[in-house]
Amino acid sequence: MSAALPTQVGQLARRSVLRTLRQPAQIVSALVFPLFLLAVNSGGLKDATDLPGFPTDSYLTFALAVPFIQGALFSVMNAGTDLARDIETGFLNRLALTPLRGAALLSGLLAGAVVLGLMQAATYLAVGLIAGAELAAGAPGALVLVALSVSLTVGFGSIGLFAALRTGSGEAVQSLFPVFFVFLFISSMALPLDLIQTQWFHDVASANPVSYLLQAFRSLLIEGWNAGDLALGFAISAAILLAGMYAAATALKSRLVRT
Amino acid sequence: MAVDSGERAGIEVEGLVREFKNGPRAVDGIDLRVAPGEIYGFLGPNGAGKSTTVLMLTTLLPPTAGTARVGGRDIVKEGPRVRALIGAALQEAALDPLLSGREHMRLQTALHGLPRAERTARGDELLARVGLSQAADRKVGGYSGGMKRRLDLALALVHGPRILFLDEPTTGLDIQSRTALWDEVARLAAEEGVTVFLTTQYLEEADALADRVGIIDRGRIVAEGTPAALKAAIGRPTVEAVPHEATDRERVAAVLSRFGEAGEGTRREGASVLLEGGESQLAEVVRALDAEGIAIERLQLHAPSLDDVFLAKTGRSLEGAEDQPAPEAGSEEAGAVGG
Repeated sequence: MSAALPTQVGQLARRSVLRTLRQPAQIVSALVFPLFLLAVNSGGLKDATDLPGFPTDSYLTFALAVPFIQGALFSVMNAGTDLARDIETGFLNRLALTPLRGAALLSGLLAGAVVLGLMQAATYLAVGLIAGAELAAGAPGALVLVALSVSLTVGFGSIGLFAALRTGSGEAVQSLFPVFFVFLFISSMALPLDLIQTQWFHDVASANPVSYLLQAFRSLLIEGWNAGDLALGFAISAAILLAGMYAAATALKSRLVRT
Repeated sequence: MAVDSGERAGIEVEGLVREFKNGPRAVDGIDLRVAPGEIYGFLGPNGAGKSTTVLMLTTLLPPTAGTARVGGRDIVKEGPRVRALIGAALQEAALDPLLSGREHMRLQTALHGLPRAERTARGDELLARVGLSQAADRKVGGYSGGMKRRLDLALALVHGPRILFLDEPTTGLDIQSRTALWDEVARLAAEEGVTVFLTTQYLEEADALADRVGIIDRGRIVAEGTPAALKAAIGRPTVEAVPHEATDRERVAAVLSRFGEAGEGTRREGASVLLEGGESQLAEVVRALDAEGIAIERLQLHAPSLDDVFLAKTGRSLEGAEDQPAPEAGSEEAGAVGG
């Protein structure tokens, strides 16, 4: 007897979602921390809108793109830590003794990241709009924004899976979080790229893919519909997912040495 | 003991070796055969190579050398077929503390490919069998050690395996939980014909459950046989009798001498004898002393234990004879050796 791939994915996805929903601390920190930073930044940097060429009068609208990236980064930690715990406790061995396919394991494990990504995107957007931010792309834009947020969450989640499979340690996975956070700080997080005056920072931020992810979110919030920015954002998100899944699949083969 | 092939095959191992990088040979060329329906006890101290052997036989760790067939299937060439035949409860109950017992069952039955219509019934049946029906909807994080082990066993039985691997299934359990688990394992072998490969560091567990015992130390099997044969091979049981009156000591010694040669280490106030006919002669000894009218204050039977067997074969006592830490299952780079 061997379960079909969709059954395997479905069952592991169900478990992943249950695990996510039963760990309120994971959810709360992934929701509250980015919103706290949003409040601090939008309050402290609102005068930046006076700079010539700043794309909007509302720094809150400009800064609202940041929580979507921060929230997605949490999935590195959440998805990775869950899998690392499965390795540490031997639960992965239990799964390995079933006719489970590697693809089902990785896909199923990311289901929790999808749910968390949906919850995060909906919360950030709702809180931002209630606080006075704008969404130039309207209701359809909200759906695209959520889709981009979820795809990014899954992409970063796959990196978490890779880290867990490579190291087998929850602590090692958690230590990755600040490393990824650095990428956010050396991006166009606080100012648009063309307004960054310090040359080295401008160069680094221009080379940092996170800047273009932020721009994709901002295009929906500030401009409306910008096909180029959105395509680039989704392309980067897809590239992160593909690279993460490839690395995770390779690491899974080394981790699961079953014959 | 003949082991047939095909549907009724047990376990056949020849020259199985497992080496880890920068480490000693965790398993150093073991040979063993387990007949279908037999309970085989794999006894040894921590770090002896028990868990590494189980990981190899359950296909979770490739051997460095040697061959093994489980249920008639080669563990290296036919891994998926082996896994379809076996159930395993590995060291440490590997459960998700955030899921309930019933949710574990649902996951396991689905992953093993049971038809949707059968999953719930099979899960409920196994939960009832291990006495967890009442706790089925509670999160496993709140289970006791015994409950976790019972759930672990039930999960291993989901797909009706013909061969069951239990890696130290009762470690850390209280005597009540331990006995309940022994009963279930014995029932599986006796009533369902399940072949059981059981590792343990508990002498009484091997004694109580196993039809045959293999004693492993530092990766090598140092003794194998039925518990009775292993104990008989290293010596006969000794009876020591202490008379109520010290002046009767010589008379006691004379009576005991009819049953064999005098034992060593007898206390000054009594006498002892190595029973040539084994433990069954104890009743005769009692009758003979009674017939002579000797009042006995204390009568003790010292039967060799499996620990004595281990001591005789390795020069060390089983208890406290720890070697190396357990490896991380599934890691090729693990540099240490499993229990």
